[in-house]
Amino acid sequence: MKIAVLLKQVPDTETKIRVKGDASGIESDGIKYIISPYDEFAIEEAIKTKEKSAPSEVIAVSLGPVRVVDAIRTALAMGADKGIHIDDCGLAMDSFVTAKVLANALKNENFDLIFTGKQAIDDDASQVSQMVAEFLNVPQLMLAEKFELGADKKSATIERSVGGGTKEVYTVEFPAVIGAEKGLNTPRYASLPGIMKAKTKPVTTLKASDLVGETKPKTTNVNFRLPPERAAGKVLQGEPEQLAQQLVKLLREEAKVI
Amino acid sequence: MANILVIGEHAEGKVKKVTFELVTKASELAAKLGGQAEVVFIGSGISNTAEVGQYGAKKAYVLNNANLEKYNTDAYTKVLFDLVNELKPQVVLGTASPVGKDVLPRLAARLDSGLASDCTNLDIQDGKLVATRPVYSGKAIIDVKFESALQVASARPNSFVPSVVAAGAAAEVVNKDMDAGTLRAVLKELVKAQSQKADLTEAGIIVSGGRAMKAAENFKILAELADVIGATVGASRAAVDSGYATHDMQVGQTGKVVNPNLYIACGISGAIQHLAGMRTSKVIVAINKDPEAPIFTKADYGIVGDLFQIVPLLTQEFKKALQG
Repeated sequence: MKIAVLLKQVPDTETKIRVKGDASGIESDGIKYIISPYDEFAIEEAIKTKEKSAPSEVIAVSLGPVRVVDAIRTALAMGADKGIHIDDCGLAMDSFVTAKVLANALKNENFDLIFTGKQAIDDDASQVSQMVAEFLNVPQLMLAEKFELGADKKSATIERSVGGGTKEVYTVEFPAVIGAEKGLNTPRYASLPGIMKAKTKPVTTLKASDLVGETKPKTTNVNFRLPPERAAGKVLQGEPEQLAQQLVKLLREEAKVI
Repeated sequence: MANILVIGEHAEGKVKKVTFELVTKASELAAKLGGQAEVVFIGSGISNTAEVGQYGAKKAYVLNNANLEKYNTDAYTKVLFDLVNELKPQVVLGTASPVGKDVLPRLAARLDSGLASDCTNLDIQDGKLVATRPVYSGKAIIDVKFESALQVASARPNSFVPSVVAAGAAAEVVNKDMDAGTLRAVLKELVKAQSQKADLTEAGIIVSGGRAMKAAENFKILAELADVIGATVGASRAAVDSGYATHDMQVGQTGKVVNPNLYIACGISGAIQHLAGMRTSKVIVAINKDPEAPIFTKADYGIVGDLFQIVPLLTQEFKKALQG
């Protein structure tokens, strides 16, 4: 089987976000980058699936500046076989353009499966996976919490978590895009031999400018700003019984939320 | 025609509150565009579709087909694509729910249009939609402007207040048989949740527990409080990683981003990634032993104390207040 995994490099969750003076984006200096956590579940599931379906290969694909090669190397150290770095060439991109470029890079590769994270934790848009599936004209199963490869190795059973604890169980024939939700698996750590080996695994570079065609962004993000600071409120004083009484009264009479 | 089409959601045969929220906003925006708000529902047996008229919608389309009884990406994308091509609205609005998040990107891609997801405000400027949305889990806010002629957006639940603008008005209900096309992913089984609680992302009140809950069984004191005040129970990443709560309960940057009217944080210190997931809550209550916990800097009301003592007392007090 041929398995792709789509990775995005994002600022670490502990990053304090600072906005540029002209509100056109965020300050990137000093940011520590990580693989978006949901994409780590995607890498793990891709490798697990490879292990169950030999001979198979996993190709880690990431779009962005040169720094995203680090994310690809991490995936290779975990067990992916090859990498494709798509250089963003400084093009203006929204989810639509990103998905178009990725789909154009993937379309002639005849992947059986494309694993992705359910969303990237920077723009939180949750659009690219579904749009890639649309542009490749293949089905998508987002929010996947369980993935079980069929005996024929050409299909899978997927459990999706659709809110409020409700689950949907689907079967799908490949090719398909699978969007990983937390709980799908526990991503492995890269081993030292894995890290050494990753250095010699092949990473191909493509250029977004060669893949984008006539596609232009459909949306533009403007006016980046920090959210209004919440003013610290009241700390209630008294014995436990009084605290509970005060709080109930305040929530009902002052805040009027119950 | 500068109309706005809202993708309505329903459960148990009733239109969901999120749809009334969105219709209220859509009819306000449609007035600015000189058009009207219309709603589309997919599926059958929805008893109160015409009720969207009270919130300002003029028409409610109800799309039927045996393949539309349950959610399916392929089927929903196809019928919505066909309907949008027929009605030619300027704006399509959905909810940032599991259904909306799944179908809207695919629909927008097929319609060759831009999408702004999980928006907390929507406005019209210079005749076009401008969508406001949090990024980095709310650590920053942006406005999204559209280059495409058709503008698609999804709204975060609880972002707008449903408001009856025409008491007693009924939207004109138009039933349509639609071809749902070929379904490539086949639904084999639907496992319904045991509780009828609202999902965290749609909940009006959330009671959340952190590492200080100490054990999974201790979450029952939160569940008891939640039952009395109609809340959904959530958890911090620390509680989930310690095995006290399941991952679908996690609130934060790598869990659910929530937007309730009231968020009660019990034994949660307030790590940056947790605050990111709940900072838009209208009112935040923090109960924590540690007076220095960062959560107190975000809380409207703080109680420094032992949650195992305070939470059961709160449950009692609410019982008295709400039943008295």
